Amino acid sequence: MKLPMMGVINLIHETEQMGTLTAGRCLATVPFGGRYRLIDFVLSSMVNSGIAKVAVFAHTKFRSLMDHLGSGGNWDLHRKQSGLFVLPPAMEDMTEFGKGDLYQFYRHRDYFVRSPLEYVVIARSHMVCNLDFARVLAEHRDRNLDVTVVCKSWPLARTGLARKVKTDADGRIVEMQDHFGRLASDVVSMEMYLLRKELLIDLVETTLAQGKDHFVRDAIMSRLGELNVGACMHDGFLGVVNTIPAFYRHNMELLDPDVWNELFFRPGPIYTKVKDEPPTRYRSGSAVVNSLVANGCEIEGTVEGSILFRGVKVRKGAAVRGSIVMQNGVIGENGALENCILDKEVEIRPQQQLRGTADVPYLAVKRNVI
Amino acid sequence: MRRNECIAMLLAGGEGRRLGVLTKDLAKPAVHFGGKYRIIDFTLSNCVNSGIETVGVLTQYQPLVLNQYLGIGSPWGLDRREGGMHVLPPYVRQKGGVWYKGTANAIYQNIGFIERYDPEYVLIISGDHIYKMDYDMLLSAHKSNRADATIAVIPVPWAEASRFGVMSVDEEGRIVEFAEKPKQPTSNLASMGVYMFSWPVLREALIQDEADSQSANDFGKNVIPKLLREGARLYSYRFEGYWKDVGTIDSLWEANMDLLEDEASLNLNDRERRIYSVSPNRPAQYVAPGASVRSSLINEGCVVEGNVNRSVLFYGVKVGKGSLVEDSVLMPGAVVGKDARVIRAIVGEGAVVGDGCQVGAFDSEEIAVVGSGDTVPDARPLLEAKPI
Repeated sequence: MKLPMMGVINLIHETEQMGTLTAGRCLATVPFGGRYRLIDFVLSSMVNSGIAKVAVFAHTKFRSLMDHLGSGGNWDLHRKQSGLFVLPPAMEDMTEFGKGDLYQFYRHRDYFVRSPLEYVVIARSHMVCNLDFARVLAEHRDRNLDVTVVCKSWPLARTGLARKVKTDADGRIVEMQDHFGRLASDVVSMEMYLLRKELLIDLVETTLAQGKDHFVRDAIMSRLGELNVGACMHDGFLGVVNTIPAFYRHNMELLDPDVWNELFFRPGPIYTKVKDEPPTRYRSGSAVVNSLVANGCEIEGTVEGSILFRGVKVRKGAAVRGSIVMQNGVIGENGALENCILDKEVEIRPQQQLRGTADVPYLAVKRNVI
Repeated sequence: MRRNECIAMLLAGGEGRRLGVLTKDLAKPAVHFGGKYRIIDFTLSNCVNSGIETVGVLTQYQPLVLNQYLGIGSPWGLDRREGGMHVLPPYVRQKGGVWYKGTANAIYQNIGFIERYDPEYVLIISGDHIYKMDYDMLLSAHKSNRADATIAVIPVPWAEASRFGVMSVDEEGRIVEFAEKPKQPTSNLASMGVYMFSWPVLREALIQDEADSQSANDFGKNVIPKLLREGARLYSYRFEGYWKDVGTIDSLWEANMDLLEDEASLNLNDRERRIYSVSPNRPAQYVAPGASVRSSLINEGCVVEGNVNRSVLFYGVKVGKGSLVEDSVLMPGAVVGKDARVIRAIVGEGAVVGDGCQVGAFDSEEIAVVGSGDTVPDARPLLEAKPI
């Protein structure tokens, strides 16, 4: 079913502390879950909800983003009508680069104005979840809200950085603070804001005219008194993946079959770029337990409590425990990894041993030979 | 290869009757193979990897699944502005239409399609075989021999030679004798069903064959023998590598098991010549605590909680706790419950082997088969489980 809503995945100034994982790529294309990039989750959710027009507001280091998204065909967004729009910054000169996201919203306003769709949902790339925006829109209409913010009750010790939200008895948001604020609340914002297109354009123009250029802080948080901003609670899995400990922890959570069954299938499947790798080959010496393994791997050694991305090779006698090995990683004979994150195409020499801890995993940079 | 210098015609109408319950709603080229693929993926990928970008796929028997699978050829990069992949079922003309009577008649009926591309050479291949081949090398040999037709051949065991079209060749590879499924084979060089023709020669041969009311309109039985009798320049092209006709349950099972060798002769991991297929879009496979997987090929979306040894698991297969799967092929979405045994078996797409059930046995000569969508419900007495 088609929704009267367009999507925006806003990559401008995403809050992150991902170290070298974002050295050569934007947060949206950090690999996750064996064969995905972070952006796949929100993008697939949008498509499965019936959103047929999605813009990705790219900002920095977007080569990997363009490569990953292509024409949008893998998400069924390669269409004659609507489809995927990847919009890099539109600037007069480089000095505008530091301006807030509202400025880019304004520069890209034709994307909004040209469409007859009534609603817009603005999201970030790093909220790993599988959700139905049709339900959010229905709640938005039923409750007659100006802005609906998708939120999650999240009393867990947080490893990711998320805004905190305080609601009143009716679910109206009365207070919202950036992640470093002291607000005592178990509810976090999933950084998904649903509103009418007309209101968005009004907020963009008015706020910019007032000399402010930050969408959430200046257009939403500072107007909680005048606008009816409500929280729509998400009950399913959430991973806020914008720090290294959060990246490690939320990947490991996928080893829980309940999470695997929910996040990748319900309410809809998660799509990603197709790689045409053959099935994974387990050789005679392989001993794999409690692990997530993507296609194209060749395993001759031991793998426990780990996540192997596509095309990883674990040679004879090697042992991989509590680790995340990204695409095309090679663990040489009798090598050993414990609590490590290997970025793409890292090669671990034979006999080499590397060890981190679950709280501070060892992180190897892309294409390193260790 | 220059554009449309050579186009391919892929015969995909095979019924695969000997595959029994595995082809009840399926044309043979659409049968699953190798944990991820359908048989036709190999020939389509061969075309693309050989630079042939115009492929006519001739369908006939049970085309629905195959048509849906092929789409407009995008998974193989064959959705092209010029050429690309075209599905060619028999069609009705003003004077009525007919079912493809034989392999040669199928091409004859599509002379119009071929002429739209005005090729110099036409490659005739079949969607029933598993192999990786560079057709460009076949074309080069065809050109340097100034041949009218070149047939790819592979040596087969003498005992099996009578199942194939076999030929005797001279020292230059020119074919001197050809016999389709002879009772007393005089050669063990078997035709792989891969023919490179110079188009004018093929066109003329097809027209003559169609005019002959006695002909069965088959390449192996009629067209090739006739060309040979008339002294046409027919050459063989010796293929080195893995090739298998997976026409029977046993050969389908064997071909899957061949992939499990530590140095499999059919290399699926060669990134220069990938085999493309339609992606089922499933998450990474999950191997649970307490599971064991050895010498196996496992695809995306599988959940393994039991023991899997020397087996091929397609996407979305589930193997429950305490179960043993050995020497078996589990087709997409097959489910093996808890404490079940699947041994020397092929379990069809979406079939269910219930808790505590047994399919197949270690000492069985025959490969056990569970048809697509079937359920093995009742707990039959278990054989003594072999330690793995």
